[in-house]
Amino acid sequence: MADIRLERVTKLFKQVRAVDDVDLTIADGEFMVLLGPSGCGKTTLLRSIAGLEQLDTGRIFIGDRDVTDLPPRSRRIAMVFQSYAVFPHMTVFENIAFGLRMQKVAGPEVRRRVEGAAELLHIGELLQRYPAQTSGGQRQRIAVARAIAMEPQVLLMDEPLSNLDALLRLEMRAELKRLLGEIGSTTIYVTHDQVEALSMGDRIAVMRSGRLVQVGDPLTIYDAPADRFVGAFIGNPPMNFLPARIEDREGGLVAALDGAGRVPLGPRTEALAGRDGQDLLLGIRAENIEIDVEPRPDSPRGRVLVVEPLGSHNLVTLRVGDEQLKATTRPDATLARDQEVGVVIDPARIRWLDAERGLAIDAAEAGPGAGQGAPRPDEHEDAAPQAS
Amino acid sequence: MTADAREAAPGRRRFARQRLISRALTYFVATLLALFILVPIYLITISALTPRELAFEYPRQLVPREISFDTITFFINASGVQPAFWRSVAVGVITLVLALAIGAPAGYALARYAFRGRDGYRILVLSTRAFPIVILAIPLAVTYLRIGLDDTILGVAFMHTALALPFTVLITSSVFASVPRELEEAAQTLGCHPFQAFMKVSLPLALPGLAAAAIFTWVISWNDVFAAVILTLLNPTLPAKVLTALTQSPIYYQFAAGFVMLLPSMIVIFFIRRYLLGLWGRVVK
Repeated sequence: MADIRLERVTKLFKQVRAVDDVDLTIADGEFMVLLGPSGCGKTTLLRSIAGLEQLDTGRIFIGDRDVTDLPPRSRRIAMVFQSYAVFPHMTVFENIAFGLRMQKVAGPEVRRRVEGAAELLHIGELLQRYPAQTSGGQRQRIAVARAIAMEPQVLLMDEPLSNLDALLRLEMRAELKRLLGEIGSTTIYVTHDQVEALSMGDRIAVMRSGRLVQVGDPLTIYDAPADRFVGAFIGNPPMNFLPARIEDREGGLVAALDGAGRVPLGPRTEALAGRDGQDLLLGIRAENIEIDVEPRPDSPRGRVLVVEPLGSHNLVTLRVGDEQLKATTRPDATLARDQEVGVVIDPARIRWLDAERGLAIDAAEAGPGAGQGAPRPDEHEDAAPQAS
Repeated sequence: MTADAREAAPGRRRFARQRLISRALTYFVATLLALFILVPIYLITISALTPRELAFEYPRQLVPREISFDTITFFINASGVQPAFWRSVAVGVITLVLALAIGAPAGYALARYAFRGRDGYRILVLSTRAFPIVILAIPLAVTYLRIGLDDTILGVAFMHTALALPFTVLITSSVFASVPRELEEAAQTLGCHPFQAFMKVSLPLALPGLAAAAIFTWVISWNDVFAAVILTLLNPTLPAKVLTALTQSPIYYQFAAGFVMLLPSMIVIFFIRRYLLGLWGRVVK
């Protein structure tokens, strides 16, 4: 087991900065998810940690060792590839034993560890088969078993579930989380699936265009996104963003929406100090919006565009002013198309962003989980203000 | 049927007819091409396998009434044929070893590494085949005479290696490209250095394809007449022997010789054809 430290890691492909000046510290035994849209550099970053890519600048530390210039075989890592990369010409047993044989582990010990790993992944009965005789889901388990049989200091996983069908993915997600919790190894897990990231990670590092945008625990990332991109990328539906201005009125602070009424905010919070009259974005999650069938005169109005029943709840798309808004309601709520309703926004759950740059205006609200991975806040001003 | 579907139907029918016509055309052309190759092969085969007095019969019997191995046996036992046969085999084997030793690493590099000028190199490799051997022949023969390589197995093998290399490089490159790079990378993360990863993972997986490339190389050498005729005199390979010694022989011996030359290549090509498709950019899986 070991912690991982990335210092100013940069990787160029031709002139493109695939990984751009990334600083990240991952604690011993932590499950860190690298999350981002395709092409954001998360896989390149993972491959750099594995030693499969040479860095252009920066250092990588695993435990106390500087592994920057070490080849993959000397880094004490194990990696699960997106394509599984199971060796087709070896039996499942030999696949799992491969790394141990390379380390010249004695025969009985190899057998014990291969069988142990196979046991953990419920593939004990497949050991004598060839990979061609197994299903995609089983191959995925073989790949994980091969990695954990190595008892690596660091386990690297590159979108391990993305080639499974939806049902199997759901099953494997829970199982992997249990398994990795059991063996307690430091894990870096790359995915573009925000549900996977939220459900599995101890912490999530959101990447975009090669840079870290936000690092934090799943709830912080979900509730207090560092910018508009994170808010829109994480959560389904994405966070709503409404242009708004703060006004100080009799009876308290309000947020004036563009042509759609005013949201009462209650007492002024520190975050909004000196923001009166500025162009801001009001960020709010769908589940923090209530729909009022009989709108009060002072609350913002919206018009129902679509109602999508999803079983556990209904997803309602509203037009508020010139903007569209997604809100969730109880499944038994009856709303008609074009019906005018009141929109009640929970002021405590609002995330305020700077309208021009799309960055959250207050870092303090982000909570204790944010910014841990960015030890040099001064250099992240443009990317992640929550780091201060 | 809904109104929409009814409107769409004529268009779909026209589309189906076009597809039928284009498919019929494809098969027609393919059949012509196949006949172009197969008819001579068939004629040679039946001529070689019928008793020799029937070889001059006219009109020719398209289905042989009686099969006889007389002419073939006679050809095989004729003087100089068996030594020439073994020389051909030896030249082929040396060519195969040399071409693989030089060509497979080049093929691997083409498949794995993105280097500047890779596509240009690919074309360049193939373009060496566009250079007419006839023009090369005289200077080459002179050079061989000067260094004493003329009329030797090794000399012919060198020439055949040069002729076969472009194909060896391209075939092995398609073979190595069909082995996913992640397999090697996985082996590296599991404790191999790059060469070990190649030996333990890529090589075993590429082996069938490499065998095909080897056999194809051997066939190129086996089939070559021109270089062999120019570079040998007293020690000809089989095709050279056939060409020089049998031009004066009766026609049925020529058929027998043709058949003996044809058979090994036909068998070999039949077994490795799927790897040869890879040469034209098909996916080998």
